[in-house]
Amino acid sequence: MGLNLIQVSRGHDKDGDLGITLTTLEKAVNWARKGSLWPMTFGLACCAIEMIAAVSARYDIDRYGAGVFRASPRQSDLMIVAGTVCVRMAPVIRKIYDQMPEPRYVIAMGSCATSGNIYDSYSVVQGVDRFIPVDMYVPGCPPTPEALFDGILKLQEQIMQRRVLYRKPPEQVKA
Amino acid sequence: MHPIAEKIQQAFPDAFQQAVEWRGDLTIHVAREHLHAVCRYLHDDPAMDYDYIVHASSVDWPDHPERFEVVYEFYSIQRRHRIRVKTRVPEDDCVVDSMTDIWKGADFMEREVYDMMGIRFRNHPNLMRILLPDDYPEGFPLRKDFPLRGKGWRDTFPFIGEKTG
Repeated sequence: MGLNLIQVSRGHDKDGDLGITLTTLEKAVNWARKGSLWPMTFGLACCAIEMIAAVSARYDIDRYGAGVFRASPRQSDLMIVAGTVCVRMAPVIRKIYDQMPEPRYVIAMGSCATSGNIYDSYSVVQGVDRFIPVDMYVPGCPPTPEALFDGILKLQEQIMQRRVLYRKPPEQVKA
Repeated sequence: MHPIAEKIQQAFPDAFQQAVEWRGDLTIHVAREHLHAVCRYLHDDPAMDYDYIVHASSVDWPDHPERFEVVYEFYSIQRRHRIRVKTRVPEDDCVVDSMTDIWKGADFMEREVYDMMGIRFRNHPNLMRILLPDDYPEGFPLRKDFPLRGKGWRDTFPFIGEKTG
């Protein structure tokens, strides 16, 4: 379950006996957060097709609690930047990222969002981490839905490691 | 010669330079100063009736004395014929008359030509960059003297903005 619960009650859950479970508040909060990652749709290129496939019945991203795609940044926790980011698009992504409520996470999906890929060119941003902080990089061109799931699962592992009850100093993007 | 090209030649003997027909596509070459008049004729004349602008683009011929070529393509929905009109532009004076007063659809296409090739359009209502950022500093990337392998943006690309927290 990932919560490291200490089950005090000997009763079985299905008997209707709720029992008592002990855990830390931090773990409980993190567990709730990682189990309902609502992604923000940010499909920019061909990676978006794989992201869409990941939502479909065959792969079913909903198994990880990350299937409720929102079209609004204000309702989403996770931004999956899927595709090539052009220079004209970068301020838009930055603005949408700023509109997302915290805690917020970013997955750079695919080589273009990670590093610019082959587009060492006048119009392409060389990686989305040039203007927003990225939590997880998913390699591939495009990554398969399984690779995206690997990224989401790794992100969930990372979320479980986070400190909740202390305020961290504001992160700095390398300038 | 193609009958439409003959008509254009009769109407504009000074402007008309050449007509090329290749695989059923008619292309006429027109002098730059008469381009707007020829296009006005193509649009208004009932026998021509080119009411739809398909395409506007440009070509860079670095070794040619008149370096740039502006290419328009028109189509007549009524008569179902199409025509390509080309005109030459020298590098030191790369200005062409805009077609936006004849075909409204030329607006964005001409802006793209300006954005990528740096050819300016006289009387265009809003001639500014369309695909690249407004403050793009490095010139016109579709020109042949723009380095094909890039200018090393991967190493020099800046980090934009700062984290707000």
